[in-house]
Amino acid sequence: MADIINFTIDGKECVAEKGTLILQAVQENDIYIPTLCNYKGVKPQGSCRICTVRANDRLTTACTTPVGDGMEIENDTSEINDFRKSVIELLFVEGNHFCPACEMSGECELQALAYRFQMMVPRFTYQFPKREIDARHPKILKDQNRCIRCKRCIRTIKDEKGRSVFAFFGRGKNIEVNVDPVLGSKLTDKLAAKAVEVCPVGSILPREKGFRTPIGQRKFDHEPIGSEYKH
Amino acid sequence: MGNNKVQSAIRKYNQDKTRLMDILIEIQKDENHISDEAARIISEKLELSIVDVEQTISFYHFLSRESQGKYTIYLNNSVVSNMMGGKIVAETFENEVGCKFGKVTDDGLIGLFDTACIGMSDQEPAALINGNVFIHLTPFRVKEIVRDMRAGKDVKKMHTSYLGGSQNKSEYLNSVVRNNIMRMGPVLSDDYNPGTIIMKNLPQLTPEQVIEEVKSSNIRGRGGAGFPTGLKWEFCRKAKGDKKYIICNADEGEPGTFKDRVILTEKPKLLIEGMVIAGYSIGATEGILYLRFEYKYLEHYLENVLKEAREKNLLGKDIGGIKGFHFDIRIQFGAGAYICGEESALIESVEGKRGEPRDRPPFPVEKGYNDCPTVVNNVETLCSTVKIMLNGGEWYSSLGTPESTGTKVLSISGDCRYPGIYEVEWGLTITDILDMVGSTDVQAIQVGGPSGSLIGPEEFERKLCYSDLVTGGSFIIFNYNRDLLKNVVLNFTDFFIEESCGSCVPCRSMTPLFKQKLEKILSGNGVASDLEDLKNWGKLMKINRCGLGHTAANPILTSLKNFKYLYEEKLERGKEYETGFNLEQAVSESCEATTRVPEF
Amino acid sequence: MSKPVLATATLAGCFGCHMSLLDIDEKILDLIELVEFNKSPLTDIKNFTKKCDIGLIEGGCCNSENVHVLKDFRKNCNILVSFGECAIMGGLPAFRNPIPIKECLEEAYLNGPSVKGNNKSGIIPNDEEIPMMLDKVYPCHEIVKIDYFLPGCPPSAELIWNALTALITGNEMELPYEVIKFD
Repeated sequence: MADIINFTIDGKECVAEKGTLILQAVQENDIYIPTLCNYKGVKPQGSCRICTVRANDRLTTACTTPVGDGMEIENDTSEINDFRKSVIELLFVEGNHFCPACEMSGECELQALAYRFQMMVPRFTYQFPKREIDARHPKILKDQNRCIRCKRCIRTIKDEKGRSVFAFFGRGKNIEVNVDPVLGSKLTDKLAAKAVEVCPVGSILPREKGFRTPIGQRKFDHEPIGSEYKH
Repeated sequence: MGNNKVQSAIRKYNQDKTRLMDILIEIQKDENHISDEAARIISEKLELSIVDVEQTISFYHFLSRESQGKYTIYLNNSVVSNMMGGKIVAETFENEVGCKFGKVTDDGLIGLFDTACIGMSDQEPAALINGNVFIHLTPFRVKEIVRDMRAGKDVKKMHTSYLGGSQNKSEYLNSVVRNNIMRMGPVLSDDYNPGTIIMKNLPQLTPEQVIEEVKSSNIRGRGGAGFPTGLKWEFCRKAKGDKKYIICNADEGEPGTFKDRVILTEKPKLLIEGMVIAGYSIGATEGILYLRFEYKYLEHYLENVLKEAREKNLLGKDIGGIKGFHFDIRIQFGAGAYICGEESALIESVEGKRGEPRDRPPFPVEKGYNDCPTVVNNVETLCSTVKIMLNGGEWYSSLGTPESTGTKVLSISGDCRYPGIYEVEWGLTITDILDMVGSTDVQAIQVGGPSGSLIGPEEFERKLCYSDLVTGGSFIIFNYNRDLLKNVVLNFTDFFIEESCGSCVPCRSMTPLFKQKLEKILSGNGVASDLEDLKNWGKLMKINRCGLGHTAANPILTSLKNFKYLYEEKLERGKEYETGFNLEQAVSESCEATTRVPEF
Repeated sequence: MSKPVLATATLAGCFGCHMSLLDIDEKILDLIELVEFNKSPLTDIKNFTKKCDIGLIEGGCCNSENVHVLKDFRKNCNILVSFGECAIMGGLPAFRNPIPIKECLEEAYLNGPSVKGNNKSGIIPNDEEIPMMLDKVYPCHEIVKIDYFLPGCPPSAELIWNALTALITGNEMELPYEVIKFD
């Protein structure tokens, strides 16, 4: 039998197996925590910071921190929710997110989070950076305007030798996710589809396809992201 | 021909992808860039994708994909450099070289670039030219240097001033860099013969006993974070792992800090001994000295010191006659990234990757370099442990204050009569320090570099200690002639924008917004709500992963707290709301393009 | 009690947001009962004839004329509302923002496939009657203070209706999930 530990989320008593990450422990208790850079089955890395919680009065990411016995976690508080909304707003102003013209509108996790957190307008100034679209690869398009640098593709898409097809380029505000010129052109259908699937926004797109789902039937048209959790 | 060099660099490091940094630095040095062809060959030999190789190259300031010129000038653009005339030096460089910063002359001869603090704040303005340090630059010197370049002179022979003191003039260094040791304390003192502890004491002690001694001194990490050193060693000792590592953090990137450079120059044997002691305690067989690229001029000198240590059996097999204690040290160079001073980012860098801090837990003492238990200690910390072993933990803890024991080496620069390094006991007040360095009429001090605080006279009675004013040791002093917001805070904010690794959203995206807001205020368009915004936005920085992210807004936040009047003076009076939009400015570009005179 | 006065404007937009306003169907009759329209493309009143309670702005600012109109609205309306993505973030016209305006103009008048070789004079229109282009398309709130934001491309008729009735009655605005959309 694994060790069972007790902790609280916003005052509510909960239990989890020892060693469980906060995110999972909270989800197992049917409570929602927003995530963005996290992807099922991929090692978490805590870079978007949107799953930040206050655990024992310390700010930390739920996707990377194990829950501790007796831990007091603040999740759905005005402070934490404002942090999360700020992160969403920052992502909207740092890139070029033209939702009305985006193939992934309605299916985009960033947009869905903005809906859930009722972002009417970001509090920050739009940056309108100059970014490129990489259309050199036969199966995918990489639109840097929409990339939120979550690294989901970098961590997931490897060739048969384990080499990364995607990687960061640069640092700071100019950081980008680039596609390998050689491996990108040799992507299998399966890997290309996977790359499109892991991208939470419309930055990695399949070629010759788009706007496949009619408005009204898209993933986030009727239900907010995270609706599978009760609280 | 170029290919051969690339191939040999790869062979030299056994086609090991964790040595990617070394391979790239070597190629960059030989070819002054890493060509497409070189990147392709590296990716093939190391079984990496090309984007993976580029990921590392593009992260580091001193690595590049385009030629940086036969002579590559990196002029320091730090606050202190500018205070000491850096701007006019920069202008002279542009005029003499004939190109702007960030460019290479058309003939490919000279590349002109700026760079963050190179650890010479006590002798600014300073520059690196092909890795060699040039100090005390003036327009006159710049003209001379550029003339020498055009004449094809060897960089090493461009020095006209006399060599720096003490070890700087030793045959392996030949450097004009000055030590400026203004005050020696028990750690830096000259009354010790390095190697004594290894030869005489270590054989008598178990690793646990060494750790106990260090613990009893209550020394805490001198890099700035202040984690108890003995405890760190103990955690690592107890951690499970086939191999363990001790890494010395000599990345010293905090602008205004230069003490480690002096220690590395004058006391390298002490440092090596500290690493051996740490290695013995934790059970490491390998030590890595992570040296910032800016200090590459120390390479041959330090390699020679290591060689001599090996000859004396202070490194190598059965060190000090202790059967089975094998330990050696290698130097790992960084390539220009402040963030690599953060211990987990440093480890990533040693593994050949971009220096992105890791999530914790696990901590490096459990899973560090190559996922093995690793201790990362500051240069000064390691040197101090030698003296702790020499005189005892009790002796050390009698220095300083009861909770901040021992001494601290300070790097002091800016508006003071005697810039340099000072080893002092913890517990001095700021006023004491200003008296010590000969500073009067002080408007402000930047304590602990940009990531620390900007404090004013009302705080000068605060004490240097872990419960009050903690610092990695950098003090930059500003008199009343300095424009703090324009020339200090803005420069530091630029520094953080440049040095963010880009991983966490608030760090990479919020810091530039802070800068825009500050510029809005400086341009006279600020209103009271802008100051509120700055304060509120600052809270978000606490959700970043690492120390850089936590402190990237500190220049603005601490100056806003301690020098609020400077901000308020700039605000538009009686206005509640102002976007700062300027129609004349907004149409000027299109009017120019259509040869039209703007009318309003 | 006199009816609240409403004004509307289209700046750098496509008039779609105004169309969506008309999309409230028969409720438009209720709206006319509730408010009096002043300056608006719907009334063709060109200049403000009185101080207004609410101004609805469609579109961002791409030229000097837009800026003047927006500032005029700010001066004459107690409450200013950005409605639609273009007013809020520039929208599709802001696709040009990362590109320098000089390049945009040259592409449009000199080098683009439809003009290349046809613009013999080589002049980019510069008559002083033409509004001056801004360096980028600005969201309205980056020029003047905007009080409320109604996202959408266009904002749904329901959102516009909910917002207007809330503003007029002073009640809390209802924001059901399906009403806030950016597309």
